[in-house]
Amino acid sequence: MAKLNLVQAINQALSEEMERDSNVVIIGEDVGKDGGVFRVTQGLMDRFGPERVIDTPLSELGIIGSAVGLSAYGLKPVAEIQFMGFTYAGVEQLFSHASRIRSRSRGRFSCPMVVRAPYGIGIKPPELHSESTEAIFCQMPGLKVVVPSTPYSAKGLLLSAIRDPDPVLFLEASRLYRSVKSEVPEGEYSIPLGKASIYQEGADITVVSWGTMLHRAAEASEDFDCEIIDLQTLRPYDEEAVLQSVKKTGRLVIVHEAPRMAGFGAELAALVAEEAFEYLKAPVIRVTAPDAVIPMARLEDYYMPSQESIKKAYEKVMKY
Amino acid sequence: MGLFERSACALTVVPLADRLSCMPIKTIATFEVKSIQIINEKGEADEGLLPPLSEGEFKRFFETIILARTFNHRALSLQREGRIGTYASIWGQEASQIGSALAFGDGDWLFPSFRESGVFVARGYPIWMLYRYWAGDERGMQVPEEFNLFPMSVPVGTQIPHATGAAWAMKLKGDRKAAAVYFGDGGSSKGDFHEGLNFAGVFKAPVIFLCQNNQWAISVPRSRQTAAETIAQKAAAYGFEGVQVDGNDVVAVYKATKEAIQKAYSGGGPTLIECFTYRLDDHTTADDSSRYRSDEEVESWKAKEPLIRLRIYMEKKGWWSKEYEEGINRGAQEKVDSEIKKAEAYAPPDPADIIKYTYAELTPRQRRDLKERGWQS
Repeated sequence: MAKLNLVQAINQALSEEMERDSNVVIIGEDVGKDGGVFRVTQGLMDRFGPERVIDTPLSELGIIGSAVGLSAYGLKPVAEIQFMGFTYAGVEQLFSHASRIRSRSRGRFSCPMVVRAPYGIGIKPPELHSESTEAIFCQMPGLKVVVPSTPYSAKGLLLSAIRDPDPVLFLEASRLYRSVKSEVPEGEYSIPLGKASIYQEGADITVVSWGTMLHRAAEASEDFDCEIIDLQTLRPYDEEAVLQSVKKTGRLVIVHEAPRMAGFGAELAALVAEEAFEYLKAPVIRVTAPDAVIPMARLEDYYMPSQESIKKAYEKVMKY
Repeated sequence: MGLFERSACALTVVPLADRLSCMPIKTIATFEVKSIQIINEKGEADEGLLPPLSEGEFKRFFETIILARTFNHRALSLQREGRIGTYASIWGQEASQIGSALAFGDGDWLFPSFRESGVFVARGYPIWMLYRYWAGDERGMQVPEEFNLFPMSVPVGTQIPHATGAAWAMKLKGDRKAAAVYFGDGGSSKGDFHEGLNFAGVFKAPVIFLCQNNQWAISVPRSRQTAAETIAQKAAAYGFEGVQVDGNDVVAVYKATKEAIQKAYSGGGPTLIECFTYRLDDHTTADDSSRYRSDEEVESWKAKEPLIRLRIYMEKKGWWSKEYEEGINRGAQEKVDSEIKKAEAYAPPDPADIIKYTYAELTPRQRRDLKERGWQS
């Protein structure tokens, strides 16, 4: 089995799904000849032609807004937005239309589309290229939010996202694009949306994370018996997997690179407080970025939760 | 001094004669905007422009305007009686909506805004469903399968890229169809207008942009939406044709739309049609337009409203009589009455509907939400 990085795994998923389903089209800035700014769509225009891998104007609202029409009419657009920070220009189209056409039309119309965007810190880019504002998108009913952590899961989750009858925001950790590899089988396999995966089994501490932070949380766990849950889909998320694990360990640490204030960790902590309070041996701890704007390259290492801060959280919950 | 600004060697100001000899300034793009009127407000027709329309087709325009107007008038009454919620009147804009909507084929897709009752009525959309919608029931926009009409869009102008996307999909799939989107002068100020029209031009999508310039975006006049002389001319910058039509002349609107559809079908790409019209009522039932515009202005436009000229023209042709109009009016009243009865007798919506249309399938949390609230799924 081939070992692929995240870019290769996503490219393979797109390629295989386009082969199987002629309704799948890729739209975005530089996705054609250039193969995307991270080369995720490399080679796909040569293979499927410029009618299916389509360079668009520099126009995020236009990309997401026209994807609403493309998908309602019966195509399956996979739109690439170059960085998560640039999705903001298209947020109204995602929130006010893509995510609620089904409800607004009481099921007559739907928008089965995928918006792919790299997110997160760690590649030392200019401003607004490192956003991790997944929680904003998780607040919106009708939208699904997926964050793969490994090349294997990226391929399987992307297949499910493209086949999903509802709009999916698919966030790819730019720091992981070429830094993690895993075995990725060729051909079809899908990982269902809404299901978490146990990245590492353990008995003492439940750790919930996704994307880049999952790997850091795992690296920090060497001296602890952590059960690490890769959430994979943030909306709708696998409440059962989180609760089952917390009921077993009695401790929960959440690690994410977004600021703590109303971050997705708050949702997880609230779930456990409501549903598993009597199982808790220690307070729930969130390890997050500070409540501040994401800095540029010189300060980004200070901003992201460090291995030490994660270890401290593990130590703290183990004191109880 | 446009000459100096356009010069390629304008870094320093040099005498004009020297500059012309080294680098002549050429005009590389120009545009013109046509304004089309076929039947004027006195009912006089330009026979040269008049498309070959039969008596039956004229009557269809006339009767659809009356039906839409009756629907609209009753909606305003129902709102005052507390039987429906806030409503956006179409009075004055019927020709723009009906002349265009009747031009489309069943396979074409239309993307309306919230002020498009005339479009829905012209397409034959069930009137009782429109009343349900305005009474606050989403099922009114559960568009029956036979209509390729998107549910009305509330945030102004944001539906524009949807039509571009659908038209683009038609082109990619090789379907001989067109999409159209309705918006107003206010909507033309939105970024969605720019990005939607720009995409359409680049991809030569078979889409028709129907701007009803009704002169007012709530209290802000057209002159505050753009410094351009017309909205139609904006198409020039996107590389396709824009045309202004008298939006109170149903025949001119119909003809311009038909031509744009034919062009779209035959691969000629998009068209922007600016229907120059006027909103005779308040913005919505929650607005008071006397705060920002004069009675004189409104009165002057009442003389130009679409039905008057149509009536005069049809009478001259021998297609109109008082009895004919009374009969049409009576029929429209009866139709609307029975649709209101049907709308009001309809079973109230199920609270489970709030949840069950969010996704194709219920999430586990939604199943719990339903159960906890005691709502049947």
